[in-house]
Amino acid sequence: MTRSRVVSQRTGLPARRAVDEREPPPVTDTSQATTPQRYPFSAPHRLDVDPRYAQLRREEPLIRIRLPFGEPAWLATRYADVRTVLADPRFSRAASVGRDQPRNTPLQPDEGILAMDPPEHTRLRRLVAKAFTARRVEELRPRTRAVAEELVDGMLAAGPPADLVAHLATPLPIRVICDLLGVPVADQDRFRTWSEAIVSTTSLSPDTIRSYVDQLMGYMAGLIAQRRVTPTDDLIGAMVRARDENADRLTEEEVVQLAAGLLAAGHETTVTQIPNMVYVLLTEEGGWERLRAEPDLVPKAVEELMRFIPLGATAAFPRYAVEDVELGGVLVRAGEPVVVSVHSANRDESVFTDPERLDLGREVNPHLGFGHGVHHCIGAQLARMELQVVLETLLRRTPGLRLAVPPSELTWKSGLLVRGLTAMPVRW
Amino acid sequence: MSQEEPGRWRVFVDSTRCIGSGICAGAAPTHFVVVDGLSRPVEERIDPVEAVLDAAESCPMEAIIVSDVEGGRIAPEP
Ligand code: SF4
Repeated sequence: MTRSRVVSQRTGLPARRAVDEREPPPVTDTSQATTPQRYPFSAPHRLDVDPRYAQLRREEPLIRIRLPFGEPAWLATRYADVRTVLADPRFSRAASVGRDQPRNTPLQPDEGILAMDPPEHTRLRRLVAKAFTARRVEELRPRTRAVAEELVDGMLAAGPPADLVAHLATPLPIRVICDLLGVPVADQDRFRTWSEAIVSTTSLSPDTIRSYVDQLMGYMAGLIAQRRVTPTDDLIGAMVRARDENADRLTEEEVVQLAAGLLAAGHETTVTQIPNMVYVLLTEEGGWERLRAEPDLVPKAVEELMRFIPLGATAAFPRYAVEDVELGGVLVRAGEPVVVSVHSANRDESVFTDPERLDLGREVNPHLGFGHGVHHCIGAQLARMELQVVLETLLRRTPGLRLAVPPSELTWKSGLLVRGLTAMPVRW
Repeated sequence: MSQEEPGRWRVFVDSTRCIGSGICAGAAPTHFVVVDGLSRPVEERIDPVEAVLDAAESCPMEAIIVSDVEGGRIAPEP
């Protein structure tokens, strides 16, 4: 059995300690009474976690918040409550359709599979889940290693200093997802531009977001049409066959949306997370030096970095209660939306020992970095594998890796659902 | 409820593979429950039902095995 499987089992193994032993506050019904706080509480600053979350976990685990657009919502900050909202069928994504959803752009989201509950959600997810199992992802590891070697060769030839974002973090996930789906890498300039629309909050105007989404869908519809003429063995080809064999169960639009979503989400997040991980390793105590001394920790380190890095910049994808639910000491009424803070959950001291500390060897680490429940990231195993390969390759090829500029001179993206660096000049 | 009648199914979750993602319990809440970060079947012998196949096919670790009472694999598909 491969190392990653052993470790991801272990790291996924939570958490007898996950039971929240803090006294729950008495149940109150305050949804109408309090003024919602603006959310996010503060503009994201690098990868800092706002100290208010720790206070909320202690004192007021569910509060009323208001995102820039849409109706007010509850915000859950404790690990156990966040898991409940993400996994309990009493909290629904499908029930968000047609509501004035709490959101970050004026546009009403049209999220396809992310706006579905089982069994509709499962029917669609099943169509592609097979391609993302741990077993299938392992088959992609040797090729991913070869790509990483080649890209690091390029980076070494270009510097030092060289930009890790441009040379490695961006091209690697794009090559991997393109191979898997069967999308020509040569088209990346176009689909990369359009993909920003799915993670944009204010970086693009609403009109541009709409236009990019349309172009991405049109592009994917074109790739799908090609496969009807020339069948292929890639994932888009498999989706087309499944659609044509089960036309009663899958609409063409669903297939197009799903494939486009996989292409966009399949790289936007990993492209962003690779530099975040390297940044944390190079700037936090117990980071790069420890990993260099103990390279076998890479799989665990990836889990710890997924826990430690607050990738999301705001809340998204509210869940609507379909019945009255008592949560975090308050009564969430049927029809009310709840959003969660995954970073807050990932730093919950009732689950994680010394949660503010980066511990690359952390044994018990049931983090929610890939979400939880039916919408648990379908690309989680793929992302894990890519992140492991990147770190292993850098450790071997550039053991002396360091930032080429002071951390304060790095520039961070803004106006996106995710936090990340625009560039990362490094030396070795 | 748990007699070995022909036509019934056996549901097994391999706890050495399960990562506690909660996908199965969400897809088939009457058939799976996640306890302490590991999924387990609510009942090990069940009448055939599509939702359990959905769960087995959706598990990223292929930790859920559905078989007939003779032990023949029904899901996940290889
Ligand atoms: S879907 Fe698989 S990995 Fe996730 S909880 Fe169920 S059995 Fe475990």
